[in-house]
Amino acid sequence: MTIMIDTGNYIAAKAAVMARPAVVPAYPITPQTTLVEGIANYVKTGEFKGEYICVESEHSAMCACIGASAAGVRTFTGTSSHGLLLMHEMLHWAALARLPIVMCNINRTVGPGWNIWPDENDSISQRDTGWIQFYCSSNQEIFDTVIQAFKLAENEKVLLPVMINYNAFILSHTSMPVEIPKQKEIDDFLSKYKPRWKLDVDNPITFGNIILPADYEKIRKDMQNSSENAKKLIPEIAKEWKKIFGRYHGDLIEKYRCDGAEYILLAMGAIGAESKVAIDNLRKEGLKVGLARVRTFRPFPKEEILKLGKQADLIVIDRNISVGSEGALFSEVKAALYDKSDAKVYGFIAGLGGKDVPYTDIEKICKKSINGKAKDCEWYNLEGV
Amino acid sequence: MKKYNVVTTISYPKKGAMGKTGTWRVFKPILDKAKCVKCLRCWIYCPEGTVTRNKDDTVSIDYDYCKGCGICANVCKVKAITMEREAKKK
Repeated sequence: MTIMIDTGNYIAAKAAVMARPAVVPAYPITPQTTLVEGIANYVKTGEFKGEYICVESEHSAMCACIGASAAGVRTFTGTSSHGLLLMHEMLHWAALARLPIVMCNINRTVGPGWNIWPDENDSISQRDTGWIQFYCSSNQEIFDTVIQAFKLAENEKVLLPVMINYNAFILSHTSMPVEIPKQKEIDDFLSKYKPRWKLDVDNPITFGNIILPADYEKIRKDMQNSSENAKKLIPEIAKEWKKIFGRYHGDLIEKYRCDGAEYILLAMGAIGAESKVAIDNLRKEGLKVGLARVRTFRPFPKEEILKLGKQADLIVIDRNISVGSEGALFSEVKAALYDKSDAKVYGFIAGLGGKDVPYTDIEKICKKSINGKAKDCEWYNLEGV
Repeated sequence: MKKYNVVTTISYPKKGAMGKTGTWRVFKPILDKAKCVKCLRCWIYCPEGTVTRNKDDTVSIDYDYCKGCGICANVCKVKAITMEREAKKK
């Protein structure tokens, strides 16, 4: 094992190359650019032996991933914000075709106005595409999740593509020390990719043909079942990883100081990491607050959240807004509790367009909820509106 | 043929999977074997694979699945294939 001190993007590039994909099609977009540059550099050094395809758009990048994956090889790509949105049609396609593509998405604000800072509306708006969605909170978690994602996606009980999200700049361009296992250890953890179906001239099939209503519904139901299987497999893979490498970032959610908590804060991504500082400070003040950092938005950790809702009132911070409704995590947390828990749930929108959400603000959000002063869905610290 | 155990839209090659598509035909290709020079252009160009190549390189047309598009007649250099309107069904 070695320690590599580098940015989230270069760490993701390292992880992707160590997973030995055969094809990486990619198109650069800020703040993902250094991720694909990192992989391109591994082509130069000879460390990446697969095919690196410079495509002409993100739509083409996902099409090339689909083509390569359908031909039966391990495939990886990365994108961000508008790039992810341009892929939208093909994201559905990859999931319905049950192709275990792994992709990093660097959460960046959607324009206009043009803004390259963190905001989760890009990936939240892709939530119904059938992709599994992870949200990371450190560079080590990015590395570990990229490797684990291949194992999860390629499992025959799952066969769904995986999107690993992490915040623009806060993680993508910030250096942290990350433990990198030996290549052999990664090879042993990730067995050689065996496609569950493929386009093969020696065994001809047609893919994506016309399908009648009764059969189409079966495909959607199978995706749903597979997503449920992923809920069981994510903790199993995390446990296996912990046993071998000694690191663990949580299962579907990461619980932090939830024992005896009367209030539990739910957040995703970098805000989830920042919240730990807030929780420590609040605990010092004697407030019984814990944190549940949501790692997977899809599959949604309904059962775990219900357990939390039976223990405590919940405070939800969303770095996204479903305009016309409320924060996406807030909605889904309430849906998970419906008719089974009478916990109060407080929703906050914070950090849109990359506005900083420091632990001091998170403490204020928690205190406002505890003091009963929070509105139903509050835009925290919004000025001039 | 290898079958995959994945619930998605995979179709395996099978003759007549969509029924007897020959019933869609309005014009029927009629081959004059005396004019045919065995160049096999009709066999190459038929988009439905309904021109069958025989061992001696003569061809025959599978009317169960020929949709009557007329490409074979169009590409035939010696005009050995003519398109004739199907008789009205009574």
